Amino acid sequence: MATSKVEGSSSLRHAFGGVLSVFILFLIGVVAFSIRLFSVIKYESVIHEFDPYFNYRVTQFLSKNGIYDFWNWFDDRTWYPLGRVIGGTVYPGLTLTAGTMWKLANSLNIPLSVETVCVFTAPIFSAFAAWATYLLTKEVKGPGAGITAAAILAMVPSYISRSVAGSYDNEAVAIFALIFTFYLYIKTLNTGSLFYATLNSLAYFYMVCSWGGYTFIINLIPMHVLLCIVTGRYSSRLYIAYAPLVVLGTLLAALVPVVGFNAVMTSEHFGSFLVFIIIHVVALVYYIKGILTPRLFKVATTLVLTVGIAVCAVVVAILVALVASSPTKGWSGRSLSLLDPTYASKYIPIIASVSEHQPPTWPSYFMDINVLAFLVPAGIVACFLPLSDASSFAVLYLVTSVYFSGVMVRLMLVLAPAACIMSGIALSEAFGVLTRSMKFHITKYFECSHTEAPAKLGESTSTESSAPLENMTKSDTTEKPEVARKEKVARRKQKKEKELTENAHVKPVSAKKERRPLVLPLEASIVSVFLLIVLGGLYVLHCVWAAAEAYSAPSIVLTSHSHDGLHVFDDFREAYAWLRHNTEVDDKVASWWDYGYQTTAMANRTVIVDNNTWNNTHIATVGTAMSSPEKAAWEIFNSLDVKYVLVVFGGLVGYPSDDINKFLWMVRIGGGVFPHIKEADYLKDGQYRVDAQATHTMLNCLMYKLSYYRFVETDGKGFDRVRRYEIGKKHFKLTHFEEVFTTHHWMVRIYKLKPQKNRIRGKSRKSKLGSKSTSSKSGGMTHKNPWN
Amino acid sequence: MDLIWADFLIPRERERERERVLEPVSLSVDSNSTFTPIDHRSDGMDRRLQFAFVLLCLGLLSSTARSDLVVSKAERLVDLNSHIVRVLSKLKVENEGPDDVSEVLLALPDAQAKNLAAIRTFYSDGKLGFVLPTEPIEPKGMPSDVTYYSIALPKKLGKGKTVSLDVLSIFTRSLKPFPEEITQAESQLVVYTDNMYYTSPYPVKYQSLVFRLPGRVESYTKYPKVELVKSELRYGPFEMQPAFSYSPVVVHFENNNPFAVANELVREIEISHWGNVRVTEQYTISHGGASLKNGFSRIEYQARPYMRGASSFRILIAKLPARAHSVYYRDEIGNISTSHLWGDSQRTQLEIEPRFPIFGGWKTTFTIGYSLPLHDFLFEADGGKRVLNMTFGCPLDEVLVEKHIVKVVLPEGSKDITVATLFPTKQSEDVKYSHLDILGRPVVVLEKDNVVPEHNLYFQVYYKFNNISLLSEPMMLIVGIFLLFVACIVYMHTDLAISKTSSSYLEKLQWEEVQATVQHIKNIFDQYLAVHDKLESSLRDLSRSGDVQSCKAARKAADAQFKELAKELKPLLTFLQSCSQASSILPKIEELVTKEKEMQEKEMAKHTTVVDCFEKKLGGKDIESRIASQQQKLTSLKQEVESLLDSISEI
Repeated sequence: MATSKVEGSSSLRHAFGGVLSVFILFLIGVVAFSIRLFSVIKYESVIHEFDPYFNYRVTQFLSKNGIYDFWNWFDDRTWYPLGRVIGGTVYPGLTLTAGTMWKLANSLNIPLSVETVCVFTAPIFSAFAAWATYLLTKEVKGPGAGITAAAILAMVPSYISRSVAGSYDNEAVAIFALIFTFYLYIKTLNTGSLFYATLNSLAYFYMVCSWGGYTFIINLIPMHVLLCIVTGRYSSRLYIAYAPLVVLGTLLAALVPVVGFNAVMTSEHFGSFLVFIIIHVVALVYYIKGILTPRLFKVATTLVLTVGIAVCAVVVAILVALVASSPTKGWSGRSLSLLDPTYASKYIPIIASVSEHQPPTWPSYFMDINVLAFLVPAGIVACFLPLSDASSFAVLYLVTSVYFSGVMVRLMLVLAPAACIMSGIALSEAFGVLTRSMKFHITKYFECSHTEAPAKLGESTSTESSAPLENMTKSDTTEKPEVARKEKVARRKQKKEKELTENAHVKPVSAKKERRPLVLPLEASIVSVFLLIVLGGLYVLHCVWAAAEAYSAPSIVLTSHSHDGLHVFDDFREAYAWLRHNTEVDDKVASWWDYGYQTTAMANRTVIVDNNTWNNTHIATVGTAMSSPEKAAWEIFNSLDVKYVLVVFGGLVGYPSDDINKFLWMVRIGGGVFPHIKEADYLKDGQYRVDAQATHTMLNCLMYKLSYYRFVETDGKGFDRVRRYEIGKKHFKLTHFEEVFTTHHWMVRIYKLKPQKNRIRGKSRKSKLGSKSTSSKSGGMTHKNPWN
Repeated sequence: MDLIWADFLIPRERERERERVLEPVSLSVDSNSTFTPIDHRSDGMDRRLQFAFVLLCLGLLSSTARSDLVVSKAERLVDLNSHIVRVLSKLKVENEGPDDVSEVLLALPDAQAKNLAAIRTFYSDGKLGFVLPTEPIEPKGMPSDVTYYSIALPKKLGKGKTVSLDVLSIFTRSLKPFPEEITQAESQLVVYTDNMYYTSPYPVKYQSLVFRLPGRVESYTKYPKVELVKSELRYGPFEMQPAFSYSPVVVHFENNNPFAVANELVREIEISHWGNVRVTEQYTISHGGASLKNGFSRIEYQARPYMRGASSFRILIAKLPARAHSVYYRDEIGNISTSHLWGDSQRTQLEIEPRFPIFGGWKTTFTIGYSLPLHDFLFEADGGKRVLNMTFGCPLDEVLVEKHIVKVVLPEGSKDITVATLFPTKQSEDVKYSHLDILGRPVVVLEKDNVVPEHNLYFQVYYKFNNISLLSEPMMLIVGIFLLFVACIVYMHTDLAISKTSSSYLEKLQWEEVQATVQHIKNIFDQYLAVHDKLESSLRDLSRSGDVQSCKAARKAADAQFKELAKELKPLLTFLQSCSQASSILPKIEELVTKEKEMQEKEMAKHTTVVDCFEKKLGGKDIESRIASQQQKLTSLKQEVESLLDSISEI
């Protein structure tokens, strides 16, 4: 009876462990999904911010017109009059993913709207990302670390900020693709299986489809391969992990229209080819070393080295010449600004003008990865004990991503998984050590009481004080051994849960270590475990807070809490809805590029420039128009067929990211192409201001006028609540534009270009006609109008 | 089921006919007309004048067609407060002829008839009120540019008898904004044109006309018998007018009430027999009044909203049925946060505010949705049928719906569908696929143009439905998930290898075998440990009871068990030794075996020592000191064995 029970319990323990970890992973997925729903619960199920609106619009097009029309889609609603070839300029991964999900739901007759699918794509993929993290960390340091890392990643604020429900952007699926690609790489490296190598190329292909950040993969993996070779860790597994990835991956990447021949022609990819050559040379060397005697090998080495160096020098020279002949040295502007953090601010104001392209500050590290920042070093240490191919990759990933996150706030997102993996390893190792020493102490205690038992002969049983023993003595004598066994099994189970990591290591090294464990005092380990749990609790609290408060706002709806309750500012959609319903379908709307995507998606009107800042000149044209005086601006807009001009104005309610605050960038970008716009003209003593001390140019430019037209009538003084002073020029009239719509809180103002006036013959007649109030208007008009 | 009713409200054929009649006459009128027929609206005015002439001529010619009836009294009350014009005519009809009459004819000039949304006749016989059927007809020998409606009387009207009838006719688009474009600050002025006399195929003995106006009157047709009292403009009384008398009357007045027109309304009513009726209403709302010129200025609107923007409307009120819940209000770009909901046991009131105030010519779209409890609207009918009883019209106050589409989505598997409405509608059928449907849900589509609040009447949909079909979808899910698990199980238990002889496949098989063996060995060691525990416990028993014999027996049994287990272990070990793949585990297992052997020896030694001591009746302390060293070794051995077992179990 006892034997069967023992057998059953041990296999049950295995099954239980498996089921438990599946269940835990499922719960992690649920957490990852549900922590991102704050935005839906607090606001509504709506697409957020700017870029997601474009993706949403593309997905709508895809779901309506099918995949072939999507590839050939020429969008005439944007970049008027240039248009944009969407199929060839967009990373299609996200759109195709959501489109497929929508199609699948619809084929099962589940009536989900495209919008719903788009809103929930990001949370679904963060659950996938958490599972991918589990797999990756499991390959690096065993399942215990895997589960911990997955749990941490499920709620890391940095990732939440980009993947809340509604944040329908490339990063939403790209992070999953990134981690999964890394997992498959490590898996291939650990197993040497060609099957995984193929999967790895496919995962890389998905990553290329999804995000421009794929260059991170195609540079990081070669770096790791190089590291392995340099440290003498070359193996056939490494070759299988790398060579198919480069060949298949590059072929597949070239299939994505937006990448195309860039996959072989830009400098971002050269590193991988170089390492590809190196790994072949190394493989050859190892092979030759195997078949030659050591002496012969030495001779061969010297021979090859002399020839090889010469050939290499020639190849390198050619490469350098090729690269140097291209103006940007073959690197795209964004990548260059990654390598040289000061590059963008020097040369590309459009890149520099985006707040997420700025370097992060220390508080943002704390905000985005919180306690992970402190756990990461411990994780690195754990990765070195012992250092394997996989753990060296984890360390390399962390180090590079830390550098990149330091360059751009946006790339904090790439750091987050690395930090989570490291922290997961650190936490799990720490728990392993602590619980092991606790267990050691407890078992020692048990053993002592066991051995003492026979000694206390004849004494009363109550002296055997420990609780389990008491149980034992109370129960029937024949069952005693079984009870003891059960106790042991239970204890082992417990240990297993906590210590999956430690035991995962089959390697003799760890087994030996286990035999002579590093034992901490019982009290110290209990306190440490308690402190670690508190640390984890704080992290969870911070994450929930960040998800609920900091990152859930959709930015098209703003709310403010005042003493009389919640106040909703829904001005953007008010304006877009007005444009959608009350202007002609083919009217062109000019605004600063930030609002381009939203205007095309929500108002369905043609825009001049949008957030895909591919044509600097076009943006500069709009910037110039905004910074020109009214008449010149009218001419520019009229030449672009613009009918409505949209400006965002926060002065009435104190919305800080309005067009007046962005205006200096318009001037800079405009001035970069049209030199008659000089930044200095808009600055008073190097200071940007719109109050009474502002320059004449500033107070007469179109942006100022459109923003503050009749603003003074609201309070009689014209007090701007964003800038916190009274505006400079209060009473003025518009001659070439007329106000057609202003939203409830004045946050969006829409103006219409006045039509050209009829030509009036004879100046005398005109002066007679013009009444006092209109004479200045029409006078200015007829004098300056180029069509007169 | 394809009951397509001829829509009597747009009598196109007759309109064409009328134009033919008018052509020769229009020439003669042209000189009198001050309007030039360029603009469509003035064209309408022109027609009206022409029409008056024709009426007068024809009226004189053919007034004797049915002259036995006389309208002894006609009081008309024209309510011009909203943009939907309601005319209530109180008639007293007298039969002066010799024969009994069973129908009374009503006449409406075509110009008005094309704007007619609904006409209803109320009749009261003292106690009970009836609604009499009022149908359009085309009688012979009557002027043809007039539309006729016949009222079937409940009982025949004898000679000299009179009957009282209240006729309510509702007109849409009869108020023409004039001027057609206004600025934000101006108020909206509209023109209403009507016949001063009651248009009737019968002579009218006594009549009066009252206009009820919402505000200031700009101008009105001057006439001797007219007075303006507060907001009422009274014409008449007029006596002894012949049939088809006509004299135009025009009122130009201020009307700032919302001219809310729903260009299209799609109302989808979806029935779920799980207890819910879901209603989704998609509106395209526009302002039907004078259009806005010179743009919209927020500062003016905010500073003086009722003066600067009087013609616009900002709020619409929907009266929903009681117990409506899960109400939402949104448009294609998301939720609209400006709405309020009140409710009591009688009704639910939803106050919605479109994203922006609607000025003349502006347009917006939105969707309202709500759920209702099923038992309030679905009832059992005769013959095992079910009947859905819902209101037809639009729940918004004073909104004219130009194109009204009601879709009733019945549950999958409904049969024998019939619809009963109180007014003619265009019916068709459709199928909708939703949540896991296979056959799709039958949809009844009812279409009607020009729907006014008076159309907010109940209509019924009868259908047959078997409750068993409710379970089909849950069953489908259950079966689907079951099949998924079955597929998983099958996948796990089938060998999908293509080549059964390839080396990797064989290796895999061997590896599985090794694993099974290791598992077996582990079990054996667990049993070893169990036997050790048994020995220990027998020692404890001894210390309590002092029963040396049983203790010895236990030792013997343990010894036998040890041997048995060793026998069992042997073939497994030899198998592992023969296997190449087990080489990595083998040293560990061998170590385990030696450790276990050692442990057994120690355990036995300890056991014998203790038993001996007992037999010699030595003191507890003495025994302890004797076995102390053995005990220590035993403990460390046991720990080593356990940790080895653990490490093996992870393979």
